[in-house]
Order: sequence, then structure tokens, then C-alpha cells
Amino acid sequence: MDVSEKTKPQNDFPGEIHETAGGGVVLSKLDDVINWARSNSLWPLTFATSCCGIEMMSVASAKYDFSRFGFEVARATPRQADVIIIAGTIVNKMAPVLKRLYDQMADPKYVIAMGACAISGGPFFYNTYSVVKGADHVIPVDVYIPGCPPRPEALLHALITLQGKIKAGLTREQIKENSNLNP
Amino acid sequence: MLNEDLKFKFTEILPAVLFEEGGEWLNVLVPPEELTPFVKQLRSAEGLGFDYLFCLTCIDWKTHFTMVYHFSSTQYRHNIVVKAKIDRNNPEIETVSDIWRTAEMLEREVYDLFGVIFLHHPDLRRLIMPDDWEGWPLRKDFEDPVNMIKL
Repeated sequence: MDVSEKTKPQNDFPGEIHETAGGGVVLSKLDDVINWARSNSLWPLTFATSCCGIEMMSVASAKYDFSRFGFEVARATPRQADVIIIAGTIVNKMAPVLKRLYDQMADPKYVIAMGACAISGGPFFYNTYSVVKGADHVIPVDVYIPGCPPRPEALLHALITLQGKIKAGLTREQIKENSNLNP
Repeated sequence: MLNEDLKFKFTEILPAVLFEEGGEWLNVLVPPEELTPFVKQLRSAEGLGFDYLFCLTCIDWKTHFTMVYHFSSTQYRHNIVVKAKIDRNNPEIETVSDIWRTAEMLEREVYDLFGVIFLHHPDLRRLIMPDDWEGWPLRKDFEDPVNMIKL
């Protein structure tokens, strides 16, 4: 199966709408409707460990405004958050805290690794004793955004990609299994 | 006070001091065993009034350590740098935390990262690194095969 079709952003309501006299009938799968609703209201956790956090705040502000895609309700508690954007360097001392925050989030939960540090340790890959070489050593990641720091547009693209992934209804493992990139 | 006047004053307090110029601030080299009486004078002597220690750090030169203290006077608006060479194999120096309280934290940081022992410090334990950490990570010969990827 080609997943690239399935993970493409789909903004239409998933299902068929049949117009009838005096109203209409909607045919859909409940799972698809839930995923459609879920993907349009993702609450991010206010979590940032360095300069990517400034860029994330910029995306939240008026100029870029991620509320256009349903990300505006930033929560200061993991219990109410759906998505954690790892914006910045994760050091060995921070790693258990990140794990704990992830564990405290209610299912379903999603993770975006923003920037070079969150992907691989970035500029701190070599010759340092304190930096985790990629946040995916600590928690599983759904979407990676390269950049140091990434442009606000890149973060928006990642958010839309995450929505597409949720709407496709596939799990991280299913996508990996089915992907043409990993035959 | 101008650098020339400061130099004159410092030589009066302690004849063994050496000076380095060329940087933004006057550098004063002090023998480590004379540090405490010298810096006490910095704070109290007439016309000096160095009441603010705004940076305390250490440099690893591989052959020795250099302790570096940056002082400023909020009254006279002059700044100086005091340096003291210490033995790398037995890094010990008197604390200045009884003269500038802020040194309590700054010295803990230097102890944490370089392993310099500050004698008579009230609470010398690790500050940034975990309590069970072994080694002094900012020393030039620090090795950590578990966490470090060498280039």
C-alpha cells in the first residue's frame, strides 16, 4: 500500500454526503470522524528548552499564528496536552523530566522533534558529555523538523504533516511497515 | 581611578603583584597564598571599593590552572581582573565567599566543573552535575566514553 496518498493532508470531511429532500445522509466510519475531529484540535504543551522555543513562540504569535490549524490552546500541564513539541536541546539531566512529561500526557499523544538538537543533538553531537544525541532516544517521535532553528513555516508544515498522519489513521508502526522507503 | 593610579595602589598593598595590560581591563597577577589579604584590601581600602565580584572562573592551561576574578566598584565605576596561578595536580585556593557572598555559588560551579578545592568554603558540593557524577568535565583531559563522541 502506498502511504504517501494516505498521509497527504485531507481537509475534507471523511465520508460521503448524500443530499436528500429535506436534509441529507452522511456515510462514514466512526474512527475516521474521530481522527478528523482530533486532528483539528491538538493542544500543544508549553515546553521549550532553548532557542527553538523562541521560534515556536513566534509561530504562536500573530504573524504566523498556528491557531489557524487548531494548535492555539497551549497547555502548561501535560495532563491536558495532546502534542509535545520538543523545541531545543535535551541534556542528560533533562531526559528523565522529558520522559516523565510524556508519560503524564493522556493518550492519544503525539511528539514533534523540532530542530537539529531534538533530532540528533545537532551542534552538540561531538565532544560533549551532557547532550542526548536525539530526543528519540528518550521518547518516540512522530514528525521531525530539520533546521537550526527551523523557520516558522517549517513548524507549520510539521503541524500539518502531523494532522495528515492522524487523519490517515495509521499508527507509527503501520506507517513504517507499509512505507515504500522501508521495503 | 585610572589604571595608573590603581597599579600604584596595588603595588603599595602587595609589592609581589604583576600587571598585564592590553585588554579592556587591568589584569593583576597575585601569588595564590597572598590572595586573601590582597582581595580583602580591594574591598576595604580607601579609593578602591571593589564591592562587586561579577565573574569568577578558572582556566585549564594543561600545565596549570588560573583562577580569574573580575571585580567592579559600583561607587567608583572601575573594573579589574585578578588572576592567580594554581597547581594542577593539587588545585587548592582560599575561598573569597566570606568577602563576596556571591562567590559561594560561583566557587561551587568551579569546583563542580574543574575540581578546584576552595579552602574554608561553607558548602562545597556539586552544583550543576548530578551528585553521583565522577570527574571534572571542563578539564582538558576529561574523557567520557559513554556520553562523548570524539571528533
